[in-house]
Amino acid sequence: MSVPHAVLGLLQQGPRHGYDLKRLVDRYFAPDHPVAFAQIYATLARLETRGRVRLESVERAEGPDRRRYAITDTGVAELERWLTVPLDPEPHLQAALFTKVVLAILAGRPVAPIVDAERHAHLERMRELTAIRRDSTLPIALLADYALFHLEADLRWLDLTAARVDDLRRDVLEPTEIA
Amino acid sequence: MTSLATPATATAADPGSAAAAPILTGHDLHKRFGVTDALRGIDFSLSPGEIVAVMGPSGSGKSTLLHCLAGIIKPDAGTVEFAGRRIDAMSESERTQLRRTAFGFVFQFGQLVPELTALENVALPLLLDGTRRADAEGRAAEWFPRLGLDGLEGRRPGDMSGGQAQRIAVARALVAGPAVIFADEPTGSLDSLAGEHVMELLTAAARSAGASVVIVTHEPRVAAYAHREVIVRDGRSSGPVAA
Repeated sequence: MSVPHAVLGLLQQGPRHGYDLKRLVDRYFAPDHPVAFAQIYATLARLETRGRVRLESVERAEGPDRRRYAITDTGVAELERWLTVPLDPEPHLQAALFTKVVLAILAGRPVAPIVDAERHAHLERMRELTAIRRDSTLPIALLADYALFHLEADLRWLDLTAARVDDLRRDVLEPTEIA
Repeated sequence: MTSLATPATATAADPGSAAAAPILTGHDLHKRFGVTDALRGIDFSLSPGEIVAVMGPSGSGKSTLLHCLAGIIKPDAGTVEFAGRRIDAMSESERTQLRRTAFGFVFQFGQLVPELTALENVALPLLLDGTRRADAEGRAAEWFPRLGLDGLEGRRPGDMSGGQAQRIAVARALVAGPAVIFADEPTGSLDSLAGEHVMELLTAAARSAGASVVIVTHEPRVAAYAHREVIVRDGRSSGPVAA
């Protein structure tokens, strides 16, 4: 998962505290591997340094100050870029692909163009590997096969996800506490 | 893993990227079966020598698209043009003649004639087109060594493996020197290795013959043999259409 982009995607819905972000990142993107609070705060600090989020307000109460962050125009542009430019197709992309799909649903944007772009990028890489295996020695061909099978698995997952987007949207959006 | 780096020329020689005039086009194709709209205004274009994979979910209309492009069925609306001729406006007999002479077909289960030998199956398109038997079988026999089928000439389909039968189907599709080969799930009944073998032979033979290929498939590894993919969803094309 790309924690910075998950954070940007959640902040696009509205300003949030670090605590809320940690809870939502765990819930949507890392239910089996909760991220540390420190990672969320470090991510926010880096995003702030790069101008992608800004500190919107500080609430003073008992205990530590509660800092509330908002996404900037630069942050929105970065999120848009990340969502629309396909990832480099390599094996084991599932976490990043999944993050993209869920963020698209949360943002209320169509998932199909994102899936289509990823599929196209995957097939481009598979075409390259198919050309390589055609003209190479067996060890190289087998290495290409390894990559091809993993990319194919990603593609099958993309197709299954595309076919179940409506169900996923209901599952992701039904709880109203994310508003 | 540097040996798997993107080769500079891996896809540089794609015929589809050339500015050649298309050999086969479908424009705004519509087809309805009962209450089901199988095609809803899809466009398609194929360049000479180009290999295109048609992908999409089950029931998306990809096989219907292939059947319209190949003149097996007529679209309800829209035009199909092959080498400057309107296929959708042809009579049944004209389309049959076109399919025999200009097109080749590979289907999922080969669809070989079980009573005929492998050699007779490969020669069949030529025999149906009026070629003398000796000539037809002579031309058919040339394909056996090229597709690794030496010694199988006298076998009947029931005595061959699935991979062998599918290679016979590839030879039959190529024997008449077609301009376009249509392949509908050509590896759907084969294991991975046999499927790879069939795709290697099909695409290599098509390349050397200068034929274009339209492959309907749901398998990404099969689609990776094509120069580009067309995604069909709900009877329309979807996704990037790199040409």
